[in-house]
Amino acid sequence: MSVLVNKDSKIIVQGFTGSEGTFHAGQMIEYGTNVVGGVTPGKGGQTHLDKPVFNTVAEAVKEVGADTTIIFVPPAFAADAIMEAADAGIKVIITITEGIPVADMILAADYIKDKDCRLIGPNCPGIITPGEAKVGIMPGFVFKKGKVGIVSKSGTLTYEAADQVVKQGLGITTAIGIGGDPIIGTTTKEAVELLINDPETEAVVMIGEIGGQLEADAANWYKASGSKKPVVGFIAGETAPAGRTMGHAGAIVGGSDDTAQAKKKIMRECGIHVVDSPAEIGKKVAEVLA
Amino acid sequence: MNLHEYQGKEILSSFGVRVQRGIVAQNAQEAVAAAKQLTAETGTGWHVIKAQIHAGGRGKGGGVKLAKNLQEVEQLAGQIIGMNLITPQTSGEGKKVHQVLVAEDVYYPGASEPEEFYISVLLNRGTGRNMIMYSTEGGMDIETVAEETPHLIFTEEVDPAVGLMPFQARRIAFNLGLSGNAFKEMTKFVASLYTAYVKSDASLFEINPVLKTSDDKIMAVDAKVTIDDNALYRHKDYVNLRDLREENPIEVEAKEVGLNYVDLDGNVGCMVNGAGLAMATMDLIKQAGGEPANFLDVGGTADAARVEAAFKIILKDPNVKAILINIFGGIVRCDRVAQGVIDAYKNMGTINVPIIVRLQGTNADIAKELIDNSGLDVLSATEFQEAADKVQQVLS
Repeated sequence: MSVLVNKDSKIIVQGFTGSEGTFHAGQMIEYGTNVVGGVTPGKGGQTHLDKPVFNTVAEAVKEVGADTTIIFVPPAFAADAIMEAADAGIKVIITITEGIPVADMILAADYIKDKDCRLIGPNCPGIITPGEAKVGIMPGFVFKKGKVGIVSKSGTLTYEAADQVVKQGLGITTAIGIGGDPIIGTTTKEAVELLINDPETEAVVMIGEIGGQLEADAANWYKASGSKKPVVGFIAGETAPAGRTMGHAGAIVGGSDDTAQAKKKIMRECGIHVVDSPAEIGKKVAEVLA
Repeated sequence: MNLHEYQGKEILSSFGVRVQRGIVAQNAQEAVAAAKQLTAETGTGWHVIKAQIHAGGRGKGGGVKLAKNLQEVEQLAGQIIGMNLITPQTSGEGKKVHQVLVAEDVYYPGASEPEEFYISVLLNRGTGRNMIMYSTEGGMDIETVAEETPHLIFTEEVDPAVGLMPFQARRIAFNLGLSGNAFKEMTKFVASLYTAYVKSDASLFEINPVLKTSDDKIMAVDAKVTIDDNALYRHKDYVNLRDLREENPIEVEAKEVGLNYVDLDGNVGCMVNGAGLAMATMDLIKQAGGEPANFLDVGGTADAARVEAAFKIILKDPNVKAILINIFGGIVRCDRVAQGVIDAYKNMGTINVPIIVRLQGTNADIAKELIDNSGLDVLSATEFQEAADKVQQVLS
């Protein structure tokens, strides 16, 4: 088992023929991901990377049964692409695009909230279920198959954590990059919940950063769930000053409750194994699974 | 993008929000001309001289003064322009004032007492919707109000499908204790303020104070406006509102070459790919006994040109005693990054601080070999902890 994406997912790429879409779709196909086609308005009927190109997401759903999409559409058009995917009945919408205006995301989040779909991102590295499907921009070889789930706001820090876990002789069920924007489709809590409920996942790594309440919400949910599955946590940005945005639009300390220290305190109180050093994530996972 | 008070008020005014009138001036003579023009247009006798910098609490630092005649306008404008204004929101050195806003006096006596309120518009990250936050305690620091009298802060959340509804504007005006004409004026003020927020793609409006004048007008006396950088492409006319004098010059330079850099106070510079890993690296530096001198995300393509640009940016900070490069190579191969580091190092001649390079991921072993055999004074590492240990070693 795994969550969100697996070998049977029928994946399309929105922004398929653009440079980002082409490069990463190629990498995904090489990994063995079941890419069934792509969407670029106006290029329907063509073939790209040996896969069919459609004008609309609805056509891709009808013709090849797409149920999952990965979006590389430029920021000005990305919110529209998310809504198109939701309207067409796509179940998992993974949005890689960075720099979408907040006003657009408010509308997109509102549009999809009553539809039967799950948005991941935007501004995220995507999702990988090792050995089955890589639906993202992460380096596939770092993620070996195993029993540890990963939830993270960041790209390279996810790779770092996966690498540390693998070097402990363990592996990954599914790694979910939820993104670093102020508005994201799937919260830390929702992603942790998916992994806690996955029978094959035996431990969860939860990596957060300064800003917002997502980690505190996830920690409170975990405590209330009474789950016995261990969760290892890390919060980046202990040294970041208040009021400055650290790369991710969402990574900014606004008040006393969204500092790294405050978040780690809540996580510890909720029974999460928090590490202060980002170099000790893998070691701590091995320890809690021993 | 942060705006000056006068720029924020211009945007508000363009959407029909009533604001305290003012004219910006670069020197004392312009201030006097501005004051004369304002008197002719509004009939105001007194003028308020307000320093225009990107920081709040200007009044506390002596950057806002009342002038009762033209001599005082000239004298006060002359004093404020050029001063280093220190406020609770600036660094200890303060910020240099380049211009002042000469504004009409709106606290004139009349039929009723003037009253001050607080109104802001911002994103509620928890719900993904915009909200209006407001309080009867205007003119005060809102953080203080939140701490001491939280029951005096109200919020009104806006459904994105329908926008701000009239009943919500009425609720705000009622909660602020208004009646009669002032009540009606407030509902209009709130509605046009929200329209302005949405149409200008703002990420923050903070109007403190909102004033009810003695003749029951409602107006913005101050305006803190931040525009969403990601939406600037649809507001070409706002782009030239950016005042680079208000930003850290090294950060501006970094942005020009596509690097995401934030200047900090520490002694260990760092160069990392990815925002999360960059923050984690800063934390590790602290745990190794150092203090991070910066946040620097080199992004996805860490080639020689970018690495060299990043080196130059980091080395502009004289406090830097060591540099830690931490790259997790995924799509970007470590051997190419290593070659980039070596080329950049050679191009720059001498770098007088120790450098620790930690490359992990694709081709990390080839990369380590390249670094170790380069003959350069660079310490290499492959594990995160190893990098931290080496930072500790060079600092001691």
